[in-house]
Amino acid sequence: MMDYLELGGRKLRSRLFIGTGKYNNDKLIPDIAARSGAEVITVALRRVNLSNPEDNILLQIPKEVQLLPNTSGARNAEEAVRIAHLAEAAGCGKWIKIEIIPDNKYLLPDNQETVRATEILAKEGFVVLPYMCPDLVMGKRMAEAGAAAVMPLAAPIGSNGGLQTKEMIRLMIEEIALPIIVDAGIGRPSDACMAMEMGAAACLLNTAIASSPDPLLMAEAFGLAVKAGREAYLAGLGPVGQAEASSPLTGFLRGED
Amino acid sequence: MAFYDELQQQKEWVKAEHRSVDRALIEYILHKRKLTLADFWALISQEAEPYLELIAGKAHELSKRFHGQSVLLYAPIYLSNYCVNKCIYCSFNHSNKLLRKKLTVEEVEEEAKALAATGIRHVIILTGEAPNRAGLAYLKECINVLKKYFSSITLEVYPMVTEDYREMADLGADGLTIYQETYDEKLYDEIHLAGPKKNYRFRLDAPERACLAGFHSVNIGALLGLAPWREEALYTAFHLQYLQDHYPATMVSVSFPRLRPHVGSYDPAFPLSDKNLVQLLLAFRVFLPQAGITMSTRERADFRDHLIPLGVTKMSAGSMTTVGGYAKPASDSGQFDISDDRSVDEVKAAIIKAGYQPIMQNWCAF
Repeated sequence: MMDYLELGGRKLRSRLFIGTGKYNNDKLIPDIAARSGAEVITVALRRVNLSNPEDNILLQIPKEVQLLPNTSGARNAEEAVRIAHLAEAAGCGKWIKIEIIPDNKYLLPDNQETVRATEILAKEGFVVLPYMCPDLVMGKRMAEAGAAAVMPLAAPIGSNGGLQTKEMIRLMIEEIALPIIVDAGIGRPSDACMAMEMGAAACLLNTAIASSPDPLLMAEAFGLAVKAGREAYLAGLGPVGQAEASSPLTGFLRGED
Repeated sequence: MAFYDELQQQKEWVKAEHRSVDRALIEYILHKRKLTLADFWALISQEAEPYLELIAGKAHELSKRFHGQSVLLYAPIYLSNYCVNKCIYCSFNHSNKLLRKKLTVEEVEEEAKALAATGIRHVIILTGEAPNRAGLAYLKECINVLKKYFSSITLEVYPMVTEDYREMADLGADGLTIYQETYDEKLYDEIHLAGPKKNYRFRLDAPERACLAGFHSVNIGALLGLAPWREEALYTAFHLQYLQDHYPATMVSVSFPRLRPHVGSYDPAFPLSDKNLVQLLLAFRVFLPQAGITMSTRERADFRDHLIPLGVTKMSAGSMTTVGGYAKPASDSGQFDISDDRSVDEVKAAIIKAGYQPIMQNWCAF
């Protein structure tokens, strides 16, 4: 049976979401999407230049891929909501990744403002994917506010730090009945694989591919890693630890049977 | 504590700092996750000059990871060169015999159309300091026109109070650029002979007022050549770090304007070599990886091209520093002589040749 991620009315076969920033040529994006197998691509609305086709990044997004505009640049809920409206007016659809970042040093998101923006936009019918700092309480609030998924960061954007927030993400996967999509800070395919093995619904990453000396090959590697991690999760991972002795504690009952 | 007071403390520290700089220290610094101001001071020291290639490697890696392989292009629009100040280093000095001009709103629209036709989407608008002629009301009119043609408007005008900055930001200006010129208070007084610009502290605190007013981005720098560059660099780095720490919601960036030939007879007392400028750029990139670095057409074309992989995030292109220079190219003097007079398309080609992507838009009004 095919394993799909159901999100916003779509059935996604690939659980790798990719970004579009930091490339030395936006024309690479269609090939990156193809090699990675990604079916969801996020674009900062601030990059969308409708006045110049040569500079319009939207033209590089393959038509069959789900566009996920993000509110990069927003410092609070009001700004994020305005950007979402602009994205919709620009023909980008109703999916929106909320990025509210009042911290330009580490690019960490504001969870509180993200909850507010989630509530407003979800009521307006947007498919809301909020980017957040892993926090079970805030994650639940985002779910209650109407988020379609919750996207906790693995490590600060651009850090390639890996799953630095692993345990917090694990709690969210166990306790929140929504897809948990690990976003930002994933540096290696093995990080993405580990996130999927834990039960993450998907991974979103950009820097690790864009800054690789061979972005196309790295995109393929990430696609494979996410698939491998997901399949391992579905297959059921074995327990970690020493093999148990046969019946050290209850062996005395054997004679009774 | 006010920034001015913290800056005084920093000046005392510089006098007392005597850390010996060698290759081992440079390597140690480059491996650190977070650098201190003392580390920055070491990176721009004379003893660090033999290790520029080492520092460049780190700067390139950080730049690629945090900013990607693209450079945003922008251009200046000079709205007015009327100025009441007498700054000895500037063509707009009130005492200079210069054809004075202020664009009408209609002329601003012509300029905007001409510049927008080159593909530019980010502009910086400049005036001299003449509030009676080109003050708040005039700037508001200009912003309303420019918003129709550009996705990002940065102001580089005389320092304002917070309330006036807030009005500019609310109207749609998203960025502010203001150069302290020099952080040496005594020298500042000597080179600003007359006019409101003599007020050192008012200018010093302007970037902070801009952050308070809600500008999305604030760009600072010192006019290099006026004073010994290493000290100026340190105080600029301290200022940038201060703004980033106190106003993390603001995107901060730095420029390195080097004194260029201009109307007037002032020669820079402490000219900066190309090597010095490269060292400065590398140190800033490594010290504050997330901060933007802007390079204008004051610098030569070939020199600018070499700087692209070292951490430059924003470059001007196709610039005119005369008032009304795009719609009606003029022969009169601009604020400074341009060294890189390539067109926007030529600069884009150079960026692509360097293996980077020229970006025309990385902001939208919201």
